[in-house]
Amino acid sequence: MPGSHPFLSGGFAPAPESSDHVLLEKQYDLFIDGKWVKASSRFETTNPATSEVLAEVGLAGKKEVNLAVKAARKAFEGPWGKMTGAERGKYLFRIARLIQERAREFAIIETMDGGKPIRESRDVDIPLVAAHFFYHAGWADKLDYAFPGKKPKPLGVVGQVIPWNFPLLMAAWKIAPALACGNTVVLKPAETTPLTALKLAELFQDAGLPPGVVNIITGAGETGQALVEHPDVNKVAFTGSTAVGKNIRRAVAGTDKKFTLELGGKAANIVFEDAAINEAVEGIVNGIFFNQGHVCCAGSRLFVQESIAPQVIRKLQKRMETLVVGDPLDKNTDIGAINSAEQLERIKVLVDAGQKEGACMWQTEGKLPRKGNWFKPTLFTECAQSHRIVQEEVFGPVLAIQTFRTPKEAIEKANNTPYGLSGGVWSDKGAKVFKMTGALRAGVVWANTFNKFDPTSPFGGYKESGIGREGGVHGLAAYLDL
Amino acid sequence: MSRLGIKKTYKLFIGGKFPRTESGRFIEFNDSKGDFLANVSWGSKKDLRNAIVAARSAQAGWAGASAYLKGQILYRIAEVLDGRSEQFVSELVAQGLTADVAGEEVAEAIDLLVHYAGWSDKYSALFSSVNPVASSHFNFSVPEPTGVVGLIAPTKGGLLGLVSVLAPAIVGGNTVVLLASEKFPLTAISFAEVLATSDVPGGVVNILTGKRDELQVPFASHMDVNAVVLCSGDKAAKKAVDLEAAENLKRVVNHPDRPLEGSPYHILDLQETKTTWHPIGV
Repeated sequence: MPGSHPFLSGGFAPAPESSDHVLLEKQYDLFIDGKWVKASSRFETTNPATSEVLAEVGLAGKKEVNLAVKAARKAFEGPWGKMTGAERGKYLFRIARLIQERAREFAIIETMDGGKPIRESRDVDIPLVAAHFFYHAGWADKLDYAFPGKKPKPLGVVGQVIPWNFPLLMAAWKIAPALACGNTVVLKPAETTPLTALKLAELFQDAGLPPGVVNIITGAGETGQALVEHPDVNKVAFTGSTAVGKNIRRAVAGTDKKFTLELGGKAANIVFEDAAINEAVEGIVNGIFFNQGHVCCAGSRLFVQESIAPQVIRKLQKRMETLVVGDPLDKNTDIGAINSAEQLERIKVLVDAGQKEGACMWQTEGKLPRKGNWFKPTLFTECAQSHRIVQEEVFGPVLAIQTFRTPKEAIEKANNTPYGLSGGVWSDKGAKVFKMTGALRAGVVWANTFNKFDPTSPFGGYKESGIGREGGVHGLAAYLDL
Repeated sequence: MSRLGIKKTYKLFIGGKFPRTESGRFIEFNDSKGDFLANVSWGSKKDLRNAIVAARSAQAGWAGASAYLKGQILYRIAEVLDGRSEQFVSELVAQGLTADVAGEEVAEAIDLLVHYAGWSDKYSALFSSVNPVASSHFNFSVPEPTGVVGLIAPTKGGLLGLVSVLAPAIVGGNTVVLLASEKFPLTAISFAEVLATSDVPGGVVNILTGKRDELQVPFASHMDVNAVVLCSGDKAAKKAVDLEAAENLKRVVNHPDRPLEGSPYHILDLQETKTTWHPIGV
């Protein structure tokens, strides 16, 4: 939708990505032991931008979870467990290549099923998926070098539960290191975004991956719970909300199961008066509006040094008016659909709370499409540290702005949260940058940039944002018995 | 005429001071022959909370101390302990060890401190990485201390067990509250005297004596503790600690109930990895 920006007064002509050649079945079954297995019931997955049903997928119950874990165990004790690291690696390289070849198809389905702009699924999600497989492929025969003095061994069967905000990318983050380290996998995609994981299963068949090495079972929370609690699962990997993460932690209490948790966040993005302001504004926008703000490491709390606050907020509002909100398949779109009606409701509840508690709301002017789930880019000023929009994860395109005078004050406020996933610092002064990045209690800190990801770069949280790292040499530890 | 000896009062060690337990409780501790040896402070949950406050206050300063300084302080602990090794041997003997075993244990504890002193400026290099990201950014990952750590020391190995969990925690920049072995409480408090005279800043190490069954769950449930190290073979205890730890997702490190071998991976267990990105360009 065009905003008040002069260049957009007439709006861009629509430039929709064609979905003609994308092959979607009407129904999908569960991928267990290399075969498609019917579940006793199914549920629908819809396009959040149009509310249209895209396909029906299987709802895995305890019985199917059990089958999948059995298949994974068989593969672990069979071909996959006996294979050399070098051969395992070759499978992963092959998978990376197949993803690159089918990148366009994956990007379109990701956007249709999840609502994210095609620009992001095409330029960020799917390329990173391929990169994750390519990176971890190379580790498979080099694990003995990763941890000095240790003789790493695989853990066994890994149960993985992933969220809806980066569906295929999270599948890659989970599956690639697990396989590189010699484990077998049962993966449960998110309820609202199962399709790309199921397409990935088709790709595994094309790659000739031995049956049972990766099993993909769709379902809801109960499916995930059954998987996490299954006694023959050796490790649990979860990405999602902190509340569910704590339940999973309780579910594995007293067991020998290893676990990694990648949970929520409330990142502080700190802008100093000596920052390059225009770049900082771009970074703020990318920090909170990337993927509709459905990002655990989103820069959802902006701290601006008092002296430049009016200027930064003015520029930010002007920039926000140029954001194109609408059809996710349109290549001009910056902000797509909110992933589900439930998520939209959660965003609205917190935004209402922000207004009721006395923060000052501002939203862009453009109109939203009538069908589907949408929310306008939103910012709040006059926020207090105690406001819910400052304390709680909104997981939507909503920015809470606070000001500060001294670096010490910025750090105190930034760290005053149970979360500790990510943070940002904007300053042209190197010494200040390193003082601040060192003082932020967070697992990933972006200085003069934001929301950058790479398979070589460990990702994960401090405090209640999670336990363990994914990516890089550090991420391997999560999938190895050391 | 024989002179009457001076018996030591064994108190707690919190914030660099030796307070009595606020609870006023005590545990009568007898020597191996069953004769009265000392009254041990029976630390309470309130003592634990006080100790955690002390550890939190000391955290930023200790985490920010240079690796060189931390290494020297650990070495200093070894020096001071070595100078008092006879006292520790006789105290361990009074608590039931043979003289040979006690002597070996004190020597090993001293050597383990020296071992970890040497790790202070090396583990970070071992566990850090510069990551070759595909974009134009400088990207690196370094370990940082987890924060305030609760240590449930092994029951076995009075001095060695304590040192083997304590040294990797503090050399990594954490501040700690340690619950001493119920079998060797006297050694723990005498060791606190060593710490107090080794330039370890007050609050970096806090030591409680008391009952494990009473205090291990409160360690796990306290919301300002970042990690708990539990040396226990008791499965029910592990589960209870895990369940409480879920509330603020504190890290739980499990070990068997015996002294740990020296290893940089024990340091790593109590570290977080921070990854920093910065653009490269002109």
